[in-house]
This record gives sequence, structure tokens and C-alpha cells, in this order.
Amino acid sequence: MDINTWRGIATVLAFVAFIGVCWWTFSARRKKGFDDAANLPFADDANHENTLKKHEKGHGD
Amino acid sequence: MSNSQAATPQYEYGVVKQFAVMTVIWGIVGMAVGVFIAAQLAFPALNFDLPWLTYSRLRPLHTNAVIFAFGGCALMATSFYVVQRTNQTTLFAPALAKFVFWGWQLVILLAAVTLPLGISTAKEYAELEWPIDILIAVVWVAYAVVFFGTIAKRTTSHIYVANWFYGAFIITVALLHIVNSLAIPVTLTKSYSVYAGAMDAMVQWWYGHNAVGFFLTAGFLGMMYYFVPKQAGRPVYSYRLSIVHFWALISVYMWAGPHHLHYTALPDWAQSIGMVFSLVLLAPSWGGMINGIMTLSGAWEKLRDDPVIRFLIVALSFYGMSTFEGPMMSIKTVNALSHYTDWTIGHVHSGALGWVAMISIGSIYALIPWLYGKKEMYNVGLVNTHFWLATIGTVLYIASMWVSGISQGLMWRAVNDDGTLTYTFVEALKATYPYYIVRMIGGLVFLSGMFLMAYNVFKTMSNPATSGNTAAQPA
Repeated sequence: MDINTWRGIATVLAFVAFIGVCWWTFSARRKKGFDDAANLPFADDANHENTLKKHEKGHGD
Repeated sequence: MSNSQAATPQYEYGVVKQFAVMTVIWGIVGMAVGVFIAAQLAFPALNFDLPWLTYSRLRPLHTNAVIFAFGGCALMATSFYVVQRTNQTTLFAPALAKFVFWGWQLVILLAAVTLPLGISTAKEYAELEWPIDILIAVVWVAYAVVFFGTIAKRTTSHIYVANWFYGAFIITVALLHIVNSLAIPVTLTKSYSVYAGAMDAMVQWWYGHNAVGFFLTAGFLGMMYYFVPKQAGRPVYSYRLSIVHFWALISVYMWAGPHHLHYTALPDWAQSIGMVFSLVLLAPSWGGMINGIMTLSGAWEKLRDDPVIRFLIVALSFYGMSTFEGPMMSIKTVNALSHYTDWTIGHVHSGALGWVAMISIGSIYALIPWLYGKKEMYNVGLVNTHFWLATIGTVLYIASMWVSGISQGLMWRAVNDDGTLTYTFVEALKATYPYYIVRMIGGLVFLSGMFLMAYNVFKTMSNPATSGNTAAQPA
């Protein structure tokens, strides 16, 4: 087959992949999961405090 | 939440602190070299007729120091911090992380010694010779092992988006560095690239532009996706937009490199591909900018109250501006005017000072108090002063280079009716002279802010007060 046909197919496939990513991302049943994920920066404050506490104790020497 | 001592993991902050401090130190060193070579362009006598101080040797020292030492340390500090916190697990292989720190510092020191000696491959942003390239590859693979090892043992079900950007940055930089640095060694300090001619140029700018796209963009977007929401105290504007613009950004950036080679021996179709993909890049770039800035939607007063937020958001504004300017300059007809002029230098610095440096500075100002158990920086007023110095310095720099660059472009291509050139090269050079002085002043203003930062970081670290039992220092 002519190489330009392959190039055309590759372009279409890239476009389909992009639409696929959009479709996957914006499907309604993933909303909950993404809302949880978006809150991950705020979910571990206990670990952080714990780390600092350990560090303070270590500083006593 | 009681008795959680055993159940909650304790993070490894030692290596994060090391990288965070070195970010500030290498920032001062790299920017000081930048100011010095800017002064050399205005006052050439400043090379003192010493080969080690010539512009040609110090310019790669400046670029390597600010990109790989300052930017690299900022990325490693924040990525090691973010990957632990968002995956709620401690660092994988902490001993290897220590090796990453010391290995990276050794790379920087070797660069600082070899580049002034004139030991260079002459490939832009990849000047270091082959033994150092091998060391970089080893350290980088160790970095990847620590980072992805930490993700692999996460206790969360989802991998937070910041890690996707950091991960893409780590994988792609490994690929770029290894492919572009393939060379045949002749002696310990001299090697020749395995590529030749137009192929060498194409590989070099595939590397070069993706160094911009993945080192200076994807990595710092990872930083943005943690520090903007965390400092603003609200989740990112649209998590879905972050996913779509991530995949769009990393798949499109790969193909934009040829815009560095417009009107060269590179085949015309390859130049056109580079231009088209650069134009498409506007969309995913602005997706990230909008997502970051809109995170403040409904809480704009933070922009007034918190200088750290101001650093982060103004960084995003410069990111939006330079990712508009970049696609525009990649259009062949615009490039015919801008290429080889100071406009390019101005464009690079609106990204480097405005976006990369300001998002890093803002993130370090957020990170240092967290690491040392403080509510905020020792002196918030100084953070605000630094913000204005950085902004004014950046604006002076890029505005002077716009005027200088467009003057150069117009003068170089002006022709008389009989086809001869209207201006000699020296006339164009003379026209740029005042702007070189303004650029030097802009750089100096930006650098001066870094000294305030060093003082403020030192005082925050050494100040015994902790967040738990004392109010913050008044600004």
C-alpha cells in the first residue's frame, strides 16, 4: 500500500484515540472516582503530622 | 485517628530537604552566571581575555545550571515529596534516593568544571561529554526506580494526576537523553555524535524541544497540580480536563521539534509537521493553564492575601503567554522574522523566568514551611518583595528582548531597491546595545530576589518555632 495511505490511517487513529480519551474521561460513572482523586492532596495530613512528630523527637538529642 | 502511629506511614523528607535547599543555591549560581554573560554581551571586555570566561563557554554553564541544577533539583525535591504524599506511602529505596541526590550534585559539579574548560559536545542543552552523560543516565534510571517504585507500593487506589506528569517527565527525559547522547568516544573528553548532518540536527531538536516539553513543562505541571490546589486549599478546577490535556500534551509535544529548523537543510515537509504540531500544542498547553488558574475560582482573594499563591498563579499566566507566543513563532512566516534574533531569547526567558522559575520558587516557598513544621515562611513580607522583584525582572528581560529581536529581524532583512542590504550587521548590533543593558538589569533584579529567598529559607529552617505551638511570624 502507498505510504500516504498509512499516514492517513495513522492520523485517523490518533483522532479516534483522542475522542476515546475524552469519552472515557467524561463518562458520567467516573465522576465519583475523579472527585475522590482530586481530593488526594488533602487526604494524608495525618501521615504528614506523624512524620513531623517523629522528626521532632529525633531532634531532641 | 488515635493510635495511628503504627498504621500511618512516616514519609522520608531528608532527601526532599536536601534537594529543596540545593534548588535555592543552584538557582543563585545559575542566574548569577546568566547575569554575568548578559553583562558580557553589553560590555565584551568582561571576558577579561581569559578563555574560561568567554561567553561561548559560560553560556552553556548558565543553561545547564538553571535548567538541570536549579530546575532539576526543584523537580526532584517536589516529585519525591508529592509522590509520597499523594500515594500515601513512604519513599521506595531511600538509599537509592540518597544516591540520586549525590549523583545529581556530582553531575552539576562536573558540568561546572568541564564547560569552562571548553570540554563540550556543542549540542545545545546536551553539551556534557560522554562520561558525564553516562553518569546522568545512571542517576536518572535510579531516580525513575525510586519514583515508580513508590507509586507501585501506593496505598491509594488512584494515582494522582501530578504523578502522571512527573512520570511522563522522568520516562521521556531518559529516552531523550540516551538517544541524543549516543556518541563514539575518541578520548575521555571528546566524542562524536553517531548522527550526521540534517539527521543530527533533527535528533538534536527532537531532544531540545522535548527537553522544553517534558523537563520544563510536564515536570513543572506536575508541580503545579500539587502545589496550586494544596496552597489554595481546594481541589483542582477540573480533574477531567487534567487527564485530557495530559494525554494531548504528551502525544503532541513529541513532533514539534522541527520548528527549530525552519528554512534549514531539514526537508520541507518535516518543517511543516513541526509547525502544525506546534500550533496544535496551544490547546493542551492552555488546558493546563486554565485548569491551574481556575482552581482559584471563587477564592480570588487568596491572590491578594498570599504571595505564594501569587507566585504560582503569575507563573501560570507567563506559561499561558509563552505557550501562545511559541506556536505563533513556529509559523514559518513569523519564524522568518524571529529566528536567530533576540526574540527567541526573550521567548525562552518568558518561559524560563516567568513559568519555570516562578512556579519553582512558589512551590519551594510552600514546601519549606511544610517540611520544617512551620505555618508559613519566616518572613512573608520578603516573599512578597521577592514576587515583585521576580515579576519586574522578567518583564524587563522579555520586553527588552522583544524590541531588540524585532529590530534585528527587520534590519537584517531590509533590502534596497537594487537588492543590496540596507543595514550592515554591525548597524543591527549597535541598535541592540541599549536593550542588552536593560536585559542585564532585568536579570539582576530577578537574581536579587533569589538572595532574599536564600535568607528567608535559611531563617525558616533555623527558626525553632513550630506550627503546633506558636503563631506565625508577622510579615
